[in-house]
Amino acid sequence: MGRRRLASALTLGSMMSMAVTMMAEAVPAAAQGVAPPGATACSGCHGPVAPGAAIAPLHGRPSEEIVAAMQDFRTGQRPATVMDRIAKGFTDEETRAIASWLSQQP
Amino acid sequence: MSQALTRRTILKTAAIGAAAATFSRRTAAQTPPKVVVVGGGFGGATCARELKRRGLAVTLVEASAIYTACPFSNAVLAGLRPIEAQQFKLDAVEKGGVDIAQKMATGVDPQTRRVALEDGSSLDYDRLVLSPGVDIRFDALPGYDEAAAAIMPHAWKAGEQTLLLRRQLEAMDDGGTFVMAAPGNPFRCPPGPYERASLIAHYLKTHKPRSKLLILDAKDSFSKQRLFQAAWQDFYPDMIEWVSLSTGGKVIEVDAKTKTLVTDFGRHTGDVVNVIPPQRAGRIAQVAGVADRSGWCPIDPVTFESRLQPNIHVIGDASIAGGMPKSAFSANAQGKVCAAAIASLLRGEGPTEPKLINTCYSLVAPDYGISVAGVYSPRNGVLTDVEGAGGTSPVNAPPSFRAQEAVYAEAWFQTTTSEVYG
Repeated sequence: MGRRRLASALTLGSMMSMAVTMMAEAVPAAAQGVAPPGATACSGCHGPVAPGAAIAPLHGRPSEEIVAAMQDFRTGQRPATVMDRIAKGFTDEETRAIASWLSQQP
Repeated sequence: MSQALTRRTILKTAAIGAAAATFSRRTAAQTPPKVVVVGGGFGGATCARELKRRGLAVTLVEASAIYTACPFSNAVLAGLRPIEAQQFKLDAVEKGGVDIAQKMATGVDPQTRRVALEDGSSLDYDRLVLSPGVDIRFDALPGYDEAAAAIMPHAWKAGEQTLLLRRQLEAMDDGGTFVMAAPGNPFRCPPGPYERASLIAHYLKTHKPRSKLLILDAKDSFSKQRLFQAAWQDFYPDMIEWVSLSTGGKVIEVDAKTKTLVTDFGRHTGDVVNVIPPQRAGRIAQVAGVADRSGWCPIDPVTFESRLQPNIHVIGDASIAGGMPKSAFSANAQGKVCAAAIASLLRGEGPTEPKLINTCYSLVAPDYGISVAGVYSPRNGVLTDVEGAGGTSPVNAPPSFRAQEAVYAEAWFQTTTSEVYG
């Protein structure tokens, strides 16, 4: 890599893209994978595992269990106070992605 | 390290240095990008922690050592909860690696990407998050200034104002009148005035049963209205009177000396008067130029980046978040989405389109809770309710259902505050 070639590339545009690239190198990706749309909102109510928690913890729960619960909330099969209203906001595909991500959280 | 690599690093560094004036303040490639968050409430503290978890260098600017949470502060007014249950420190946030600047942010220069602090120091940023909550508009309601708020508290920012209103209620005689002025939309915590009326009615019914409660409203409808009004019939018949906008409820002037609220149709004097005035985004948002003429901050619904200033994101009550109400739950959810978007942007990637949730509980009585929920996604540049989802608790539900929602309300508060501050 010649000094000349690098220097000739130093237009403002390339400087800017280089700056972005260099910043990118300094930002590690999220440890537990990228959260799918909607997933991070759950922990507002569903906290970490705590004895006697009134609201069920979700992190680390089996994915299929969460998917089944969401489907039952959506159809009304499972009684709910608020989750019936929330489950209806997510498609099957979105629900599966959220459940899979939640199951991998510590 | 080889010669070539060293040379390249030097050249890269030189390039960035040369570009600094127009593009970035960054001079060293290995330093993680710097994010400054202003505001240590539900939105800001959540966002700061989430950014830190993503490997970014984060400074949280918050002037107060203790944050007093608004959700459940109506229970403090009713004597059901000590104010200490509402108070949180940023110690755990700091322990997690977030730098805390316990100072007031006084200015923002979007060109040089610098936040000025009250002591004359400053903080440079690659991305700035403003989560300043609301400011009370002391210019909006004639007669209602800061001096008037010491006589007729707003108690719409929890803390001293909450305690002041509580003391006034305690001092009120049985048979007295409590009068509330409720604001027009938009404002912090849409169901809040009606939860407050409910819990104060609970206090009065228990301790001063001959008292009355009057709500003068600048609106014709309000959040969870059917649920509140049905419960008022059951719990507090003949105690709460609600006067809507179209029946002359809008307060247009106040007189603190006589504790009087003036409407187009008459004057209402109370023994205890609570004025919930119009609000706007917190001061730093106005200073930074991210608030529009409405006083609130238009944002991109994917990244929460300001529509008015690049590299500045606005979350929580200060933002115009479409269908999402100004609530602690919303601010917490937005803080996480905004942090993810900023991390993506700083990696040079496009952020993924988010989906957000809000759930707001209100207490009508200690063991009677109701809720409103919503799911939101960006549509035509605005966070919009996902059709078919959300809504309020059912109108006809057994007491066990209401009791369960009251339990969930408290559980939500404990979970969220431990996620944000624990």
